[in-house]
Amino acid sequence: MNKKIYIARSPRIAARMLGEEMLVMSGQGSTLFTLNPTATVLWQAADGATPLEEIVERRICVEFEVQPEEALRDAEALAEDLAKHGILLISEEPISGRPISHEANSKPDAPVQVTR
Amino acid sequence: MASRGLSRRPFATPSLLRVPLPICTDWYKLEKMGLFVPALATQVDVYSIVIAIGGVAVRVNTTDAGFLELMQNRYAGFINTPACVECDFDVELGQLRFADPSADVSVTQRAGQWFLQRGDFYAEWDPATGHGSIRQTANPYSIDAVLRIVHTLVLARQGGFLLHSASAVRYGKAFLFAGVSGAGKTTISRLAPADATLLTDEISYVRKLDDGYVAFGTPFTGELAKLGENTSAPIGALYLLVQGHENRIDPVTAAEAGRGILVNMLFFAEDQEMVHCAFRAACDFADHVPIYRLTFVPDARVWEMIG
Repeated sequence: MNKKIYIARSPRIAARMLGEEMLVMSGQGSTLFTLNPTATVLWQAADGATPLEEIVERRICVEFEVQPEEALRDAEALAEDLAKHGILLISEEPISGRPISHEANSKPDAPVQVTR
Repeated sequence: MASRGLSRRPFATPSLLRVPLPICTDWYKLEKMGLFVPALATQVDVYSIVIAIGGVAVRVNTTDAGFLELMQNRYAGFINTPACVECDFDVELGQLRFADPSADVSVTQRAGQWFLQRGDFYAEWDPATGHGSIRQTANPYSIDAVLRIVHTLVLARQGGFLLHSASAVRYGKAFLFAGVSGAGKTTISRLAPADATLLTDEISYVRKLDDGYVAFGTPFTGELAKLGENTSAPIGALYLLVQGHENRIDPVTAAEAGRGILVNMLFFAEDQEMVHCAFRAACDFADHVPIYRLTFVPDARVWEMIG
């Protein structure tokens, strides 16, 4: 039986949705990332409490019309890639703590999120 | 399934600390370690000069009259005596044994203090009191680097930033032309018509004020080697430079605008809060100021499209 995987947005980066793209910035290496639509969906749903399998089923399969098993494999690989760059946190247990929001659009006073 | 979903855009800013230098919070440790040799003081008088850029005044104190004269010449037009000084630095000149001007700069924060370090200088700054100290070799590039770094730290909290861009005022508005080295900043500065006032051909100073974003002239020169005019104007537009075979202006997506600012922004600090501030500043600017891609041929006709 596959273990459940939980993902959460890292608190150590800054991110904002600009137009159709999610820009993510980290002080680590001063690198800027742009997330494509799939990664953005994953990123936005990464609340630390929802299992990845459920995110894939409810958000990715519905939006992109892909098979759940294939989508989950790809989502796990993507999550690991994002975690390697410090953008996401991955755990086999729910990731506790204050839910981390992100700036959907221009909200000058909203705290920026997402670290890498 | 869609792709991995990750594309990487490295910043064009100087890379952060990667030099094997001792991080000392005590000046005298450097001397004890034999890494700093203070210059013999021949005078006890302390000379001060206030360099005000973008309305942010920095006082620099030195006991070296020659160094004072060097700064007076380098920052002419930006020297005054404002009522309020944001920062106050004591400069001590000497030889750093590990001096390597090509070494990466390091900007870190500990217990509220900032530590700025490169092969040719070591500086500490307390933003709460505004006071700091600099140890450097007797050259203008070190103090210039410290000033740039300090201004980025001050501006970041206010929603402003320094940008690798030329800027000029025309028709009462400031226009910025951003790009990395070789993009055409100096070229477009040289082509500016007589009725344009050059603010800088290299480093633009952007502040977020109550009425909007304003660009200020700076003494930070590029290949033009000409100080910008010490004036300011509301920003009309930012152009992301592309050299090409025609003159044209194209819209960019919001994400392209954000990226265009971030890859050209001067940003040094290895600090989470500062990363957030800088990122927010760039995104807010992209939300409020028109940003375009400017493709141009190196002749004066490009300015017919500006403004």
